[in-house]
Amino acid sequence: MVNDYEKVKAIVDRYGGKHDSVIAILQDVQSEYHYLPEHALRAVAVQLGLPLIQICGVATFFKAFSLKPRGEHTVTVCLGTACHVRGAPAVLDEVKRQLGIEPGNTTDDMRFTLETVNCLGACALGPILVVDGEYQGQMSSRKVKKTLSKYKKTPKDRRHEEIAVSG
Amino acid sequence: MIELTIDGIKIKAEEGTTVLEAAREMGIIIPTLCYHPGLSPYGACRICLVEVVKGNHSSLEASCTLPVDQRQVILTNSEKVTRARKLIMELLLSSCPNSKTLQDMAANMGINKVRFKIKDRGCILCGLCVRFCKEQMRSGGIGFVGRGTSRRVATAFDVTPEECRNCGGCEWICPVCEKACMADSLIDGLCGGCQNLVPVETCLVCTGCSESVGPQGHRVY
Amino acid sequence: MKRLRSAVELEQLRVKILNERKPEKPCISICGGTGCHAYGCENVAKAFKNEIKRQGLSKQVELKVTGCHGFCERGPLMVLHPQKIFYQRVSPDDVSEIIAETVIKGNIIDRLLYVEPVSGEKAQFEEDVPFYKRQQRLVFGNNGLIDPTNIEDYLAIGGYSALSKVLFNMQPEEVIEEINKSGLRGRGGGGFPTGRKWESCRNALSSDGIRYVICNADEGDPGAYMDRSLLEGNPHSVMEGMVIGAYAVGAHDGYVYVRLEYPLALKNLGIALGQAREYGFLGQNILGSGFDFDVKISRGGGAFICGESTALMASLEGKVGEPRQKHIHTALQGLYSKPTNLNNVETWANVSLIINRGADWYSQIGTEGSKGTKIFSLVGKINNTGLVEVPMGIRLREIIYDIGGGIPRGKKFKAIQTGGPSGGCLPESLIDLPVDFDRLTKAGSMMGSGGMIVMDEGTCMVDIARYFVNFLTEESCGKCVPCREGLDRMLDILTDITEGRGKKGDIELLEELGGLLKESSLCALGTTASNPVLSTIKYFRAEYEAHIREKRCPAGVCKALITFMVDSEKCTGCGVCLRECPQEAIFGEKKKPHTIDQSKCIRCGLCRDSCKFEAIIVA
Repeated sequence: MVNDYEKVKAIVDRYGGKHDSVIAILQDVQSEYHYLPEHALRAVAVQLGLPLIQICGVATFFKAFSLKPRGEHTVTVCLGTACHVRGAPAVLDEVKRQLGIEPGNTTDDMRFTLETVNCLGACALGPILVVDGEYQGQMSSRKVKKTLSKYKKTPKDRRHEEIAVSG
Repeated sequence: MIELTIDGIKIKAEEGTTVLEAAREMGIIIPTLCYHPGLSPYGACRICLVEVVKGNHSSLEASCTLPVDQRQVILTNSEKVTRARKLIMELLLSSCPNSKTLQDMAANMGINKVRFKIKDRGCILCGLCVRFCKEQMRSGGIGFVGRGTSRRVATAFDVTPEECRNCGGCEWICPVCEKACMADSLIDGLCGGCQNLVPVETCLVCTGCSESVGPQGHRVY
Repeated sequence: MKRLRSAVELEQLRVKILNERKPEKPCISICGGTGCHAYGCENVAKAFKNEIKRQGLSKQVELKVTGCHGFCERGPLMVLHPQKIFYQRVSPDDVSEIIAETVIKGNIIDRLLYVEPVSGEKAQFEEDVPFYKRQQRLVFGNNGLIDPTNIEDYLAIGGYSALSKVLFNMQPEEVIEEINKSGLRGRGGGGFPTGRKWESCRNALSSDGIRYVICNADEGDPGAYMDRSLLEGNPHSVMEGMVIGAYAVGAHDGYVYVRLEYPLALKNLGIALGQAREYGFLGQNILGSGFDFDVKISRGGGAFICGESTALMASLEGKVGEPRQKHIHTALQGLYSKPTNLNNVETWANVSLIINRGADWYSQIGTEGSKGTKIFSLVGKINNTGLVEVPMGIRLREIIYDIGGGIPRGKKFKAIQTGGPSGGCLPESLIDLPVDFDRLTKAGSMMGSGGMIVMDEGTCMVDIARYFVNFLTEESCGKCVPCREGLDRMLDILTDITEGRGKKGDIELLEELGGLLKESSLCALGTTASNPVLSTIKYFRAEYEAHIREKRCPAGVCKALITFMVDSEKCTGCGVCLRECPQEAIFGEKKKPHTIDQSKCIRCGLCRDSCKFEAIIVA
C-alpha cells in the first residue's frame, strides 16, 4: 500500500496536484494498474484534498474508467452507426456467444474483457472488431470464431477450427 | 429593477433574481421538486417549467434557473406548460411511484394514468441531498455516481464515509422519501390521492395557477 | 531552431524551405490516417522505406506518410508526386514493382488504378478519380500534401501566413469583422455564426481580463470522423485558426479537448504543438508581435455529452460532464466562469483560409445562409466510403451518387441519416435537397458535425430509431428527468415494437415523449434526442405500422419478426450451414435440401452468411 501511495503521488505531482486535472490523473492511474483499484482512488482523493465521493463520481461517469480488473485481452466491438448498418449487432451477438459474457464484463478466467465503442472512425472497414489494439475489419459473425481463436487455445476450440477448415 | 410580466401581472424584480423567486414573491405558486431556497438551483426535475413568450413563438424554461429579464413575458400555467408538466410527472411516477409527495402532486395535476413501465428507482435524482451535504454542511459525504439511468446517490464505495456528520439533513430534505400510504400496493403506479378528496383552501384570489387543479378545478375561497 | 521573431523571418524561412525542395523530385505520399492504419498502411510505408534504401534511392525519391486522403474505401492509398498518379489498395507486395515501373520508368500499373464500376473507366491521376473530382477540398485537401509531424511541410504550403498577416496587419476587431463578413458558421453541429460568437466573447466583461479559447475535438457522433482526420493530418491548420481566434477575442490560454478514443490525433497534435512552440508560433511573444498564447491538450474520458460546450468545460474543470443551463452563454461566462470562445475543429481550420483569401472570396462559396465548404463522412451502405468536402448547397443526390458511387450490390437507396444522434433520416423523396444548415433543419434533420450514413432497403428504420435512442440512453448524463427517464421509456417502446410487442398508441406515445424532450430538456442532447425517432415516424410511418399491426419487419432485420428458411430449390445439401449453426437447429441428409428447426433458431444469420448458393431466405 505504501508503494501504491508513492506511485499515485508521482502521478498527481506530474499534474501539479491540480483539482482540474482529476480526469487526466485517473487516466494515468488506470494505465498503471489496468483499472482503478479502490486504494488508488482513496490515495488520489487524499492527495488532491477532495472528497472521495467526488473522485468516485468522476471515475463512474466516464466510460473510459473501469473499477473492475480487466482481462488479459480486450475485445472491442464497434457499434457506430455505419457499423450498425453493416451488421455489427450480429457480430456482437456472436462475440457474446463465444466468450459467454456481456459487454463491460470479463470472463471468469480473466482472459477476455468485452467492450463496445461508439465509433472508431474506420467506417470503411465496418463492422470492426479490435483485439488488443489490432483492428480486424470487414468482420462478420462467421469470422468471429476464427479471429478470437487466435487468442484462445483450448482443446475444444482446436477441434472447431479443424471442422471449419475442412468445411 | 427589471420589469416583467407573469401570468398577465406586471411585476418588478431585482436583477439576478430567478423567475421562480420573483413569482413566489408575488404569491404565484409554481410547483418544484429539486428547488430549495437555501441551496443553489439545479434545474433537474423540470417541474417548474414556465412558458417564455417571445413574439410569435415561445419556449419552455425551468423557472428556478431562469434569470429575470427586461420585458419578459412569462406564463406559469398555460396549456403548453401543463401538458409538459403532466408528462414529466407521469415519468416521475413511473420511476418513483411510492412517494407521497409525487402522488399528491399527480392528483393535483389531474393525472389518472401512468402509461410507462414502472421502474422504481426510489429516487428522483433531484440532488437536494447532495447539495445539502455539500453546501449546507460543507461535507463530502454523499454524491452522484454513474451516468444516465445508472446514476444514483451514493457514498464512496457504499460505505459510510468518515466525513458524514450524521446530521440527517439528506433524509430531512428529500422530497420523496415520505411513503404514500398505499405504497407498495399501488396499481399501475398511481395512488388516487388524498388531494383528490380534500380541496386545498388557501387562496383568496384565483390567478389560475397550478395549485388545486384537481377534479374540482380552481376554487376561490 | 531559433524562434521566429518577425513576419520577415517567417517569410525568409519559408523561402529557404521552398528552395531546398525540388518540386520535380518524385515523392510518394502514403495516406497515414487511422482508417488506412487499419488496412496496414504502416507495412506499406515500411516496405517502401526498405525498398528505397535497398535500391540506394534515398536521395532521389522522397517518401512521406501524410494525413488522411479521404478515400477510405480504397485504402491503403498513395499518390506519386509531381504527376499525382493515384494508386489504391496498395499492398507491401506491390512496392518493388511501383518503384521499378512507376517511380523510375514512369509506367502506370493498371491493376492499382481506380476503376469506375459502371463505365469501367480507369483514373490515372488523383484529380480524375470521380470521388475527388466533384469535391472542393479547400480545407481537407492539404492533408495529402503534408507530413503532420513536420511543421516545415505546413510552412511550405503557406502555413502560418494568415497568422502573420493578422498579428502585424490587422486589429482584433478587423479580424472579427472579416470572420463576420465571411458568414462562417460553426461546423460542430450548432451552426452558430462564428464571428458573432467571437464578438460577444471579446466584448464580454472579465474582471481580470482572462478569456479562453477552446477547440472542441470531442467528436462523438458515431460514423463521423472528420475532426479526427483533420487533427491527425493537419493539426497546424487548426492551431493557426486558434491563435488567430485567441488574438481576436483577447485570450492568452487555450485548450484542445480531444476524445480519448483518438490516440493518433493526440499524438500528432502533441508533436505539432511542440514544434509550433519551437518555431515561435505558440508561447510568449509569438513571431515577435508581443502577443502571448499557449494551448493545453485535454483528453476526454469516453462521454459523448462532453461534446456539449458546458459539459466539456465542466470536464476541463475536473468535474463530471454535466451540462448547465445556457441562459448565460459560455461566450460570456464559460470555463471557470470566464468569457470563453469554443469552436469545433473544422471551424478553426477554416479561419486561416478566410484570412488568406478574404471573406469576399469565401462568401461566394455555398448558399445564402451557409457559406463555405463542409467536410462530411460518407459511410454506411455506400460504395465510396470516405471523407468528402463539398460546397454548401450541393444536393444530396450528388453526394450519394456522383461522389459516393451509389449503393453497393445493386441495392436500392432508402434513407440518409445526417447529424448523428441529434439528426434525422431523410428519405428518397428529399434526395434533391440542397445540403445546408437551414434546409436540413427544416426537413426534420440537421447538419450536425457532418456524419452522413447511407441506408438501403435492407435497413429497418425502426431498428435505426431504436439504435439511436439506445445510444443516447447510454450517453445521457442523467441529470434532467425528460432526458433520463423519457429516453429510457422511448427505448422501452421501441424495443417492444422491434420485438413484436408493439401496440396501438405506441407511435403517438413516442411522438408525445419526443415532443416533451424537445421542449423541456436541459441541454441539446435532450432537445435533439427525439429527431431520429420523429423523422423516421414522419417519413417511414408505414414501417412502424407494419411492425405494430402485422408484427412484420419489411426490411428483414428485426430478429423477433423474421424467419430464416431454406429454399429447397437452391439448397444443394452441402451441409455447411448445418455445421455453422450454433444451436444445431439445421438438419438434413447430405445432398438433400436441409430444413431449419424454427423452435431452436435464434436468427443469428450465420447460415445465411455461410451459404454459397443463396439458399437461405429471410421472410
